[in-house]
Amino acid sequence: MSASGSILRPAALVVLMALAVGACAKKQPPIARPTPPPPAETTTPAERPAPPPQPVDTPPIVPSEPTLAVEDLDSRSLDELNRESPFQPVLFAFDSYEVDAAGQTVLNQNAELMRKYPTWVLTIEGHCDERGTAEYNLALGERRALAARNYLVTLGIPAERLRTVSYGKEFPFDPAQNEEAYAKNRRAHFVITSK
Amino acid sequence: MRRRVPVLAAVLLLPMTWLTISAERSAERPGPQTPPSQTPPPAQQPAQQPSEFELVISGEPGSPPRIAVPDFIAGAGGDRDMARTIGQVLWDDLAFEREFYMIPRDTYASIPAARSITDVPLDRWRELGADAVVIGSVRQAGAGVTVQVRVFNARTGQSAFGKEYSGSAGNPRLFAHTIADELHQQQRGLRGVARTRLAFSSDRDGQRLAGAFANRQLKEIYIADYDGANQRRITVTKALNLFPVWSADGRAIAFTSYRRGAPDVFISNIYQGTLENPARGTERVHNWLAAWSPDGRRLAFTSNRDGNAELYVMNRDGSGLRRLTNHPAIDTTPTWSPGGTELAFTSDRTGSPQIYVVSADGGAARRISIDSYADRPTWSPAPFNEIAYAARTGRGYDIKIYDVAGGERRQITFSEGSNESPAFAPNGRHLAFMSTRSGRSQIYTIARDGRDLRQVTRTGNNFTPDWSK
Repeated sequence: MSASGSILRPAALVVLMALAVGACAKKQPPIARPTPPPPAETTTPAERPAPPPQPVDTPPIVPSEPTLAVEDLDSRSLDELNRESPFQPVLFAFDSYEVDAAGQTVLNQNAELMRKYPTWVLTIEGHCDERGTAEYNLALGERRALAARNYLVTLGIPAERLRTVSYGKEFPFDPAQNEEAYAKNRRAHFVITSK
Repeated sequence: MRRRVPVLAAVLLLPMTWLTISAERSAERPGPQTPPSQTPPPAQQPAQQPSEFELVISGEPGSPPRIAVPDFIAGAGGDRDMARTIGQVLWDDLAFEREFYMIPRDTYASIPAARSITDVPLDRWRELGADAVVIGSVRQAGAGVTVQVRVFNARTGQSAFGKEYSGSAGNPRLFAHTIADELHQQQRGLRGVARTRLAFSSDRDGQRLAGAFANRQLKEIYIADYDGANQRRITVTKALNLFPVWSADGRAIAFTSYRRGAPDVFISNIYQGTLENPARGTERVHNWLAAWSPDGRRLAFTSNRDGNAELYVMNRDGSGLRRLTNHPAIDTTPTWSPGGTELAFTSDRTGSPQIYVVSADGGAARRISIDSYADRPTWSPAPFNEIAYAARTGRGYDIKIYDVAGGERRQITFSEGSNESPAFAPNGRHLAFMSTRSGRSQIYTIARDGRDLRQVTRTGNNFTPDWSK
């Protein structure tokens, strides 16, 4: 992770590190030893409930601090926001990671929204339809997420505000096995990681 | 926020008892009709020479030996179910390698059961057409079990194999697997796979993410005996866990996990419950799809650390990191050649995913697949020199095998569902793979000639198998 990103977004970093610590095993590499504490105020996709009976040490979900509602969207929880997602996904052709004209339009709108909420940090998830193989799709999803990220960076969005992760075909948005579902599942999906 | 001390043992500590069974050389208490047997050198090939007839069971000329394996005898304190299980599992193990013609067990009913290991009605077995019959007994004292086994030449009455094993009662199947592996070695000079295991990822626990992504199904890593018995989970991360691969010594599994949010390579030492993180992924540096070198000292894997999916090699502890490919296209899914001098991998450098081979020192790659889409190469162990992979054939995929020396390709599945993610057994005679032919994604094994399909998993959906070495 970039140093400037860490400086700009200490709260986000702490959240991630808190998650990392919670999820780590006994034998832990130095990198995951976090600096301590301000309160974790958000949930992220990596967060899970602590489910018995396994002795899983999951991080606590600390409710958001009440913040002054300068904007309507900002007053809502990340879960609420991400459930409806104010950011539109970029859709891709089969086995392609090229951002087409429609995708560029979507990214221009997403860039606008990011400028409106300049503290938000996004994770761009790369997703694939189920027709590719699980192995290759992980790299393809990565390409899709990076393509969306790179386009946003050319629009002036700081790279530090954009993370990427590929889920390959692991998390389809529509599990149906038809062209309509496949088209929905080939996407760069935007998740607000911290506000 | 209070400081979290990680209390999670990353993997379930596996019981050790079922590994500690030791095979002892039989005390060889020969009865009157059983002359002392000798054990031939392990590497001995199946012998056709008359001088070895005493030890090696042979069939009619041109036919494999016909072998019967009735239930073992439940001796003092011996459990009848255990005795039956060992007989059945041994029969299955021997059938798996197809070195013998296994006489079906449902034809044994008319033959009186052996009362002891030295009181066997061999004439009756001979009437059934048996060249040999495997007779065993099970004695139990507390948690300890002693299993004796003899293989009798049904024509001569001589004992071709005789051993005694003691171990815990916890896993009777392991007695059968051990006997099968030793019999294959002694009789056919073959390394059997009865004691090998499979690893795969599974969604059977139905775990999902929380919050805005409650529809996202997670996966954990499971292991099982090669025949699907003893399935157990080895990760408890409540995360997406993918692509498990066995270390050379069978004591560790490397896999790709999203436990910290982004994909990274972890090594789980499954008998210690410890976890290593050699590729040291971060929020930006992602690592996935690890592949052990044949000597177990290095891992190849895919990483985005230089901005684009490339292949890297590192030592097991993460040191000695070195980049193997350098191409603007995707390079992923590595597998090592048996000698560790080359790797096969998947690249879309010509526009679609295809299989390539590159020297372990890097350099130019040569393409070996000619399909519309090909992925998950997996190089066979020696003495075979083959690369299996999944190739698109119509709507789904089928398993194809490329002969590296000869350049020929053959196909071993034929569009029953989609067939993906092949992995070779350590003797190169079988493959495990994922198929959707039953409607869900399940693990199957198949012989390298495409015969003997066996379903290994039946619960949930199961993916990306790997076979222990």
